[in-house]
Amino acid sequence: MSAEGVAPAPAAFYQQRLNRLIDAIELREPDRLPTILFSHFWVGRYCGMTCREIMYDYDRLAVALRKAVLDLEPDAFQPVHSLVAFGPTMDILDYKQLEWPGHKGLAEDVGFQYLDAEYMAGEEYEEYLLDPTGFMLHKYMPRVAANLEPLSQLPAYPGVLHTRIIQSMEAYARPEVRRALETLIRAGEEMQKMRSAQARVIQELKDLGFPVASHGTTHAPFDVAADYLRGSKGAMLDLFRKKDQLLNLMDRLSTLVPRAGIAAVKAAGGNMMFIPLHWGLDGFMSPKQFTTFFWPQFQKVLLTLINEGIYPHVLWEGDCTSRLDVIKDVPPGKCVYFFERTDMFKAKEALRGTVCIRGNVPASMLITGTPNQVREYCKKLFDVVGDGGGFILDAGVGVPDEAKPENVQAMFQVAKECVY
Amino acid sequence: LDDKGKQLVSQISEMQEEDAVKLAREMLDSGYDPVKLLGHCREAMAIVGKRYEEGEYFLPELMLAGEMLKAIGDMAKPLIKQDASTAKTAGTVVLGTVQGDLHDIGKNIVTFMLEINGFKVIDLGIDVPIANFVNSIRENKPQVVGLSGFLTLAFDAMKKTVEAIKEAGLRDNLKIMIGGGQVDDTVKNYTGADAFGLNAMDAVSLCKRWVPA
Repeated sequence: MSAEGVAPAPAAFYQQRLNRLIDAIELREPDRLPTILFSHFWVGRYCGMTCREIMYDYDRLAVALRKAVLDLEPDAFQPVHSLVAFGPTMDILDYKQLEWPGHKGLAEDVGFQYLDAEYMAGEEYEEYLLDPTGFMLHKYMPRVAANLEPLSQLPAYPGVLHTRIIQSMEAYARPEVRRALETLIRAGEEMQKMRSAQARVIQELKDLGFPVASHGTTHAPFDVAADYLRGSKGAMLDLFRKKDQLLNLMDRLSTLVPRAGIAAVKAAGGNMMFIPLHWGLDGFMSPKQFTTFFWPQFQKVLLTLINEGIYPHVLWEGDCTSRLDVIKDVPPGKCVYFFERTDMFKAKEALRGTVCIRGNVPASMLITGTPNQVREYCKKLFDVVGDGGGFILDAGVGVPDEAKPENVQAMFQVAKECVY
Repeated sequence: LDDKGKQLVSQISEMQEEDAVKLAREMLDSGYDPVKLLGHCREAMAIVGKRYEEGEYFLPELMLAGEMLKAIGDMAKPLIKQDASTAKTAGTVVLGTVQGDLHDIGKNIVTFMLEINGFKVIDLGIDVPIANFVNSIRENKPQVVGLSGFLTLAFDAMKKTVEAIKEAGLRDNLKIMIGGGQVDDTVKNYTGADAFGLNAMDAVSLCKRWVPA
């Protein structure tokens, strides 16, 4: 309440919440503990939707997001459409890289899952390195989307010049290429529908005083190689069999990968980048492999983002406790490290004065525990990790799809009581 | 152990893939006993497993060791006349990723580590229907069942699988372990499993504790 006893306008709340978040990121003490609402399917399920409906019904998902944000009053929220609402577009593309609810074997009410596979063969390193865009267009897109297979017939433009450019137009009229191009347009129109539903709810929530927690997404170069190009097995074996090629690939990716995310953040007029990490955790690779193949290239991505005025929110999946001494090497007050199972108290010791910590109410507690357990856990986090600022409360990898509403409510409620 | 055998054990355990496979080929071509050669592979795998347990090796080394073992096994096994599968096992483990979850890296590493520790592993794959676990337990009479799952949706699938095993009257004398990125003591209690593990070493030590040699 303001001095006159009149509730402040939503715009004032918007600025207040944003300041709270920025204070935490820049390692100052905010007025109280800030929170972010990050979830994939929980928001929709909270409002009675199945995972299938969440992936297909843009408008109902927008209503659900609005309700969840208004009920929980986080200091910022992750727009949820761009995390999950891909169903119709994937149908148009006949998409191969994900398995999703109600598609093929999966039930209606489970989340989508990524299919780990070799999307770039070991023999294709040189081809990728020579011409990444050509590789993505001619080979990768046809592999991940059955209805885009004819893109493999598109001209290889670096060698098509002068009057051959004019002649190359023939390719676009081939019946199968024409169908692929029509597929692209239809998929594009569908994605515009999804994007506008998301933009509308973002604007509504902004008008109600709630900022967005992420304006774009990017990756660590090694994750791109291991998850999206070579597959987990291929990437692990390449650490031995194709070490030099892998390092060359990492080098290229460290420049190429952040570009699209930066463009998205700028287009949204924002400054927050979400970066989910998959291969950085303890046990997946040795400390030496981590400091050779993972961290230097990822650190370069982080510095690029910071130079662009963007705050990276890095989701360090799993337990990364043994990596803390390495990953603390970033400019102070610019990065958020979002931890899942990393020892939060050791993290605070290692990262105090350098990195804002986000997390980590365990999924198991939110799914099977009680509101009291959640409250106790959050208070302890605030006392230790929140000491001196630099802490944002969130669940371990965001609110899990199966979390009990009363536990999630407890998490957001207790933050309001954690005053500096 | 002869010199060639020593060299092979060393090359495998030091991750010298090309050298190891080439040497194994040469040994077999010059009439080296394939059964003995596979014994060297097992010895090398024991070293790899130990280094993994001690935090010197990580997943990539296990993956490469598995590739070497497969390549050499494929060369040696056709040369073995008698069926060598009568070897005594440390115990039987039925393992799978529970229904709804398609992740398999963790499960595969657990299978690999259990096998090199002498367990017979029946790997039911991913997205395993509850009935498949129950049927496999009935058929193979394992001492241990491992339920794997990376996603939080696996908590309920694990719980239902444990309940179905109980209802089928197969829970007594059977130990159930769960594993995956998000399991912990809370999830163990929720699902009714006997223990949880965060990595393949945990799975091996649980099985060793439950199935004494």
